[in-house]
Amino acid sequence: MPYHSRPDWQLPEREATPVEIYASRRTFVASLATAGLLPSAAIASTDPAKLTPLKARRTIATSEEPTALSAVASYNNFYEFGLGKDDPARNAHSLKPSPWTLKVGGLVKKPLTIDVDQWIAKAPLEERILRLRCVEGWSMVIPWVGFPMSALIKAVEPLGSAKYVRFTTLADSGQMPGIRFPALDWPYREGLRMDEAMNPLTTLAVGLYGRRLPNQNGAPLRLVVPWKYGFKSIKSIVAVDFVERQPLTSWNQSQPSEYGFFSNVNPDVDHPRWSQATERRIGEFRRRKTLPFNGYGEQVASLYKGMDLQKFF
Amino acid sequence: MVHAPPARRARPLNAPPAWLKPAVHALAAMPLIWLIIGWVDLLWLNPASLSLSAEPVAYTHNGLGLMALRTLVAALAVTPVYKLTGWAPIMSLRRMLGLWAFAYAALHLGFYLLMELDFSLVQLWKDAMKRNFILFGMLGFLALLPLALTSTRSAIRRLGGRNWQRLHRLAYLAGIAAVIHFILRVKGFQVEPWVYLGLLMALFALRFMPNRKRASRASRQPA
Repeated sequence: MPYHSRPDWQLPEREATPVEIYASRRTFVASLATAGLLPSAAIASTDPAKLTPLKARRTIATSEEPTALSAVASYNNFYEFGLGKDDPARNAHSLKPSPWTLKVGGLVKKPLTIDVDQWIAKAPLEERILRLRCVEGWSMVIPWVGFPMSALIKAVEPLGSAKYVRFTTLADSGQMPGIRFPALDWPYREGLRMDEAMNPLTTLAVGLYGRRLPNQNGAPLRLVVPWKYGFKSIKSIVAVDFVERQPLTSWNQSQPSEYGFFSNVNPDVDHPRWSQATERRIGEFRRRKTLPFNGYGEQVASLYKGMDLQKFF
Repeated sequence: MVHAPPARRARPLNAPPAWLKPAVHALAAMPLIWLIIGWVDLLWLNPASLSLSAEPVAYTHNGLGLMALRTLVAALAVTPVYKLTGWAPIMSLRRMLGLWAFAYAALHLGFYLLMELDFSLVQLWKDAMKRNFILFGMLGFLALLPLALTSTRSAIRRLGGRNWQRLHRLAYLAGIAAVIHFILRVKGFQVEPWVYLGLLMALFALRFMPNRKRASRASRQPA
């Protein structure tokens, strides 16, 4: 008899809490704070030191020095909070990453509605130290806390017709001041081919440097695809959908000649307006060579066997 | 209606208030001083300093470029502001603002050569030929260069007023090139560079306002 064990972080539809109760829960937490009963660690903050610590087992390490936390939490591209690199750290205090509901659906046998806080409390978390290469030509090394994307995919049991995964960021102008300005077509959307999403390196991150994600880094839940340019690693995800056709993604839609669907890090394919051959590691002054697939070729190059990477950039 | 000739009300061109030039010099120099303090802090005092952001190279580069554009727009605004207000002392700021624009543009280019190209002019040429974004930046700088070189009184005398004026219309070309350089630089749709383009267009339109002196002379003629 086939038996599908329900992962312990999965929240059945009937238990998804109605909005009014969420709201009152927030009032309750606020009342705790005024009463001085709230612990010093917070679930939401732009100050990384104030965030709840997470227990994680290190599974992916590198000999490279991780980028300073102060830089990771102050130098961000998150256009929902402004176009400047320091805007997200300054403006993202208005984001409310708790409570947070993630909907996983589309072409799957078992659609899920997940309470992210509960999930974080129960999931076996891994620490994965990965390189992040921005399409703008800078890079960081970040100790993420999260779990493999493949765990989520297996839990929802995609149908045979599901060929791609589409991710969607929250688009709430109340929480995100940048939404009022059409820098991109909101909500921010990203996508992966199924085999890319299943790759063991593809990570759903819920924290960094041993604590929950700062708001400006995409709290409470973001994607990390270390062999692709940073904009593929979508932040503050509210929906994951399994689809048949290649989904339209935000940057690709805004400028298809500059930002391809795949956007694998590739020193041999320049951005039309600047070179991708080198990058500046944050914390260093001189540029260093950019590696194909951001140095993860051994793990991912086989995904693109036979593809012309100049064409499918 | 009868206008008094403005030349009589305004102070002579060569006698602006004593505070004006030092104040504008200080204002224009402030971002540069901030950058210098930031680099001294970062290199010798506190390597973890974030006063120039986590990416001080990009911060410096963008800061220098933005100041070049801002001082250039300010220099181009001097004559229209004079025409609108009749406040002659402001004319004493035109040359110094233009020279500040050149100085910031030269630092911007120099910093690029230092940090990205190891001072290779061959690489710069290749870059400019390959990327429109660099090409327009270079065009802007090259348009400012002859203006800086002919900014002295003796240069004006040698060229003759008319020729000098014609040559210095290149400042508009520099402004437009700099704004295109800026527009080509940013990702997605961003308003900031377009604001500068709008300002430049408005200033250019104001150029076609009648000259104050001639207009007043005309108004004195009987109808």
